[in-house]
Amino acid sequence: MIFHFGLFLGFQLVGEILARTLSLNLPGPVIGMILLAALLLLQPRIGQAIEKTATGFLSHLSLLFVPAGVGVVQYLDQISDIGLPLATALVGSTVLSIAAGALTFKYVNRLRGVPDETPE
Amino acid sequence: MNEILNIWSYLSEGPLLWLTVTFFAYLIGLGCFNLSGNKPVVNPVLISMVLLSALLELTDTSYATFFEGAQFVHFMLGPATVALAVPLWQNWQRVKAAAVPMLAALVVGGTVSMASAVAIGYACGLRGELLLSLVPKAATSPVAIGVSEAIGGLPTLTVALVLITGVIGAVVTTPLLNALRIRDYRGRGFATGVAAHGIGTARAFQVHGTAGAFAGIGMVLNAILTALVAPLFVHLFF
Repeated sequence: MIFHFGLFLGFQLVGEILARTLSLNLPGPVIGMILLAALLLLQPRIGQAIEKTATGFLSHLSLLFVPAGVGVVQYLDQISDIGLPLATALVGSTVLSIAAGALTFKYVNRLRGVPDETPE
Repeated sequence: MNEILNIWSYLSEGPLLWLTVTFFAYLIGLGCFNLSGNKPVVNPVLISMVLLSALLELTDTSYATFFEGAQFVHFMLGPATVALAVPLWQNWQRVKAAAVPMLAALVVGGTVSMASAVAIGYACGLRGELLLSLVPKAATSPVAIGVSEAIGGLPTLTVALVLITGVIGAVVTTPLLNALRIRDYRGRGFATGVAAHGIGTARAFQVHGTAGAFAGIGMVLNAILTALVAPLFVHLFF
């Protein structure tokens, strides 16, 4: 478990270093994720070893957003006079984006003659 | 009484107190979520955010003091993002098979997100840097900050917009997609990750492992799309 966690940290570090040295427009952890995925495809044994740790960790992904979320609540006072237009834009665009993305996925699959994966 | 004050002043100096409180606030949020029968409106992030903010207000604690403890939780976002490689690897065959609909959904979902945020914001009277701050709001926050800076938005405002977008996405996605009768967890998750980044992904993992895996991919791909397309988009429309 400690080793698995070290692996995630290590890939994040490599990602950060690459992001800086190659001045990529992507965050270090995202680059680290792409590299780790590549390693797992080459070495499935490592994937099997870290599967459980990763799944447990990701099932509580929500927790990790709480500190930043509290920061936002503190900041709301400062934007209260433009709150309504901003909230309208955020709700509207998020609903439209999810709907448009999911419908596109569905109809592109249908055009290609691929059946939906129906949930068990 | 004096003794209590002493303990309080001791604890409020170190990170332990607020770190522990953050965990318990999340456990309460999670408890409410479970009690509600996993209703998406009872979002654990939202509940913990509100609880903790109220507590900071009541105890007259600054966000800086709180964050000294909570930063250890916040820091884990990095390794958690790296860990998304695991579901990506587990679902690799299905990801490859669904590459075409995913890319189409990415381009449509990502573009609709940017364009409709700006259009609705403009219609509601927002102008200038406020409007620009909205453009990268669907991307994961480190990317959104960089993009907001680059296109002339307000990075601090963008961080807030990104997080609020995530919470909105996490709350609306299940009822919205049910109403649209979209049942495939790949498409459901993917669209949620594109529109609502990590918080949407966290929600997708609560629903189904497949939805979570595809949401993680949607989040990463939209981070890339936003970094590439947002400056172009702004160049065209501003």
